[in-house]
Amino acid sequence: MESTFIQWLAEPALIHFLIVSAILFALGLMAVITKRNIIMVLMGVELILNSANINFVAFSRFTELSLDGQMIGMFVIIIAAAEAAVALAIVLNVFNRFNTINLDDLNTLKG
Amino acid sequence: MFIQLSLLILLLPLLGFIVLIFSGKRLPRQGDWLGTGLLTVTLILSVVMLISKLTGSPDETITSVFNWVVFTDAMMVGTLAIEFGIMIDNLTVVMLVVVTLVSTLVHLFSIGYMKGEKRYSRYYAYLGLFSFSMLGIVLTHNLLLMYIFWELVGVSSYLLIGFYYEKKSASNAANKAFIVNRVGDFGMFIGIMILFTGFSTVSFEGLFEAIGSGQLPFDSMGWLTASGLLIFCGAVGKSAQFPLHVWLPDAMEGPTPISALIHAATMVAAGVYLVARVFPMLTADALLVIAYVGAITALIAASIAITQYDIKKVLAYSTISQLGYMIMALGVGAFTAGFMHLVTHAAFKAGLFLGAGSVIFAMHKVLHDQHDHKTDAQDIRNMGGLKSRMPVTYWTFLIFTLAISGIPLTSGFLSKDEILAGTMAFSTLNGHWLLPLIGFVVAGLTSFYMFRLLILTFHGKPANDSIISNIKESPKVMTIPLMVLAALSLFFFYSFNPIGASAGWFYNAIERPISIVPEMMQPATWAVFYEAIHSVHTLVMILSILIAGAGILLAYFVYSKKTISAEKLAQKAGFLYKGSQNKWYFDEAYNKAFVSGSVGLAKMLHWFDDKIIDGIVNGSAVVVRGFSIVSNWIDTNVIDGLVNFTAWLSQFGGKVLSKLQTGRVQTYIVYIVFSFIVLFLLFI
Repeated sequence: MESTFIQWLAEPALIHFLIVSAILFALGLMAVITKRNIIMVLMGVELILNSANINFVAFSRFTELSLDGQMIGMFVIIIAAAEAAVALAIVLNVFNRFNTINLDDLNTLKG
Repeated sequence: MFIQLSLLILLLPLLGFIVLIFSGKRLPRQGDWLGTGLLTVTLILSVVMLISKLTGSPDETITSVFNWVVFTDAMMVGTLAIEFGIMIDNLTVVMLVVVTLVSTLVHLFSIGYMKGEKRYSRYYAYLGLFSFSMLGIVLTHNLLLMYIFWELVGVSSYLLIGFYYEKKSASNAANKAFIVNRVGDFGMFIGIMILFTGFSTVSFEGLFEAIGSGQLPFDSMGWLTASGLLIFCGAVGKSAQFPLHVWLPDAMEGPTPISALIHAATMVAAGVYLVARVFPMLTADALLVIAYVGAITALIAASIAITQYDIKKVLAYSTISQLGYMIMALGVGAFTAGFMHLVTHAAFKAGLFLGAGSVIFAMHKVLHDQHDHKTDAQDIRNMGGLKSRMPVTYWTFLIFTLAISGIPLTSGFLSKDEILAGTMAFSTLNGHWLLPLIGFVVAGLTSFYMFRLLILTFHGKPANDSIISNIKESPKVMTIPLMVLAALSLFFFYSFNPIGASAGWFYNAIERPISIVPEMMQPATWAVFYEAIHSVHTLVMILSILIAGAGILLAYFVYSKKTISAEKLAQKAGFLYKGSQNKWYFDEAYNKAFVSGSVGLAKMLHWFDDKIIDGIVNGSAVVVRGFSIVSNWIDTNVIDGLVNFTAWLSQFGGKVLSKLQTGRVQTYIVYIVFSFIVLFLLFI
């Protein structure tokens, strides 16, 4: 039993990467949902993006896509950087307006 | 040439009417010169036509026809053309001269009489309309068109009777004239319809040709008699014959020159003209009825005229009486005499009315200057002794009075004498002795009441010196027409023989048309009739002179010498006097029978309207109201309930769902994730 698990671990295949990616996605989602601080939420978003990147690269490695996945991963990283810049600018404006970056206090859209 | 001339004669007065009605007030002198001038032109043209017709082609009947409206496929009758045509024979040209002459003189007279009146130009416009329609009656060649012009003269008569429409009595009189005439016209229209149904034509020539060839409407003599009598109904209305004579005395509410033109000389003679026109198709029975209607009218009107005090009322009843004479003459077959009386009567009766107008004008002026609004300017009891004040009026009035009384050397003698001879001859042949008897009685009554009028107005002591001594003769423009008419009341215009008309041009020009009705006038043929007239003529002449003289003498003794007291005479006559003074209660009887009858009927209809029709309307309203209450309930409770329920439901849903909208981004993300998971589980 133990040996099979170690053996399974010793031969990394697509499923291993997907599991790591899923864990990373879950952690990112967790952060996005539970954190009160906007910055933390943005970091969660980064985790989700990176989990997607792992998926792209993994699929690229284990299927016939060759380097396409890596290319898209590069794009995602670049776009994530841009997105982070835009998001931080928004966060700055939010702070200017509400004097807080606690998401629980930002509920003016309440019905 | 005749046709063009006659069209010109017909249309010139119409032109005057159109110009005056639209722009009369803007013309200098309000356009009286235009109306008068146009009528003078038509008079000259008419005289030219008369002379050229009588000298050129006396036996010819000239017609010119064009189709006015053509129905190619009319219902029931097939092809049908309504013709517009002119027919000119001797009757027409004589009548044309009569109408245009009197009309011209009245136009002239009115310049003086109507001076300064309100609606002066409108007065001349109406005169033009009247002249046009009257000439239309004279010239037309078919019954339908005649009917149209017939109604047109009715309209202008209505307008002119009601000329002073601010006065209640004038507007009432206008209504009365129009409505009473309508009764007669209704009969006339039915008569035309019967003839049209029978022969599919309304032109005189067509009708006479059809009847002459032996066709009869509905193949029966009875229908022919009926259609003749129904057409005569029109004449009864227009010529104020018994029993429709009641409108004419009231028509005196109009201006006096109008009374002279319309209600004495021309329009009321239109009825006589109509009878003369359709004379050939009248059956013996119809003619007998016509003769008796005329006789009764003459007697009734003359008996009323004796006791009237209004100068115009006396003349009005005298007009009715003389019209009765003419109708009676036509009825007995003395065609020429009847028509000749129309012509001579037009001259002297128009003269009498214009003379009365001159008197009223002078009286009115003095009363106006003295600010006397109580004294009646038309009541002969307020006059007397006007002879020296108004010499021209007096002498012309005397000539007219002699003419209407039938004194030799006047035109009236010629025609009246012939009428009396005609009735006498008729009675010797057929035994209707009542007709000449009435004729002679009326002749006596006529000379009596006319001289009574003359004496009370012009002779004797003035009733009121302060009025009479201020009276002045009327202006030239009013006396010249009087003099012209007085000249025309003398015998030599009609016949050079002062005691016999039958040798004159008139008798040669106007011949009794040959009757086309089968079995006419049995057993007396026309030759026999003329023979009879000839044999009774001298006797009748002597009798009529004696009777007229007796009437004059009686009037002289009663009113001038006063050897016979008028009051005692009235007392002796008893109910006759009262009846005569109250016009034999015709107005009252008609009021009771027809006016109250129609008022009663109207009341009944009003009750029906009020109770039954309104009841139905109100009932349906109640039903509708009930329905609407129910539907209102349904509306507020059911329909509104549903609507409100929908609104409430969506509000409730909104409230519930708004709880989901927390405003916190993370909640939404949770929703998205969970939804995604649910969808994922459901569909994959």
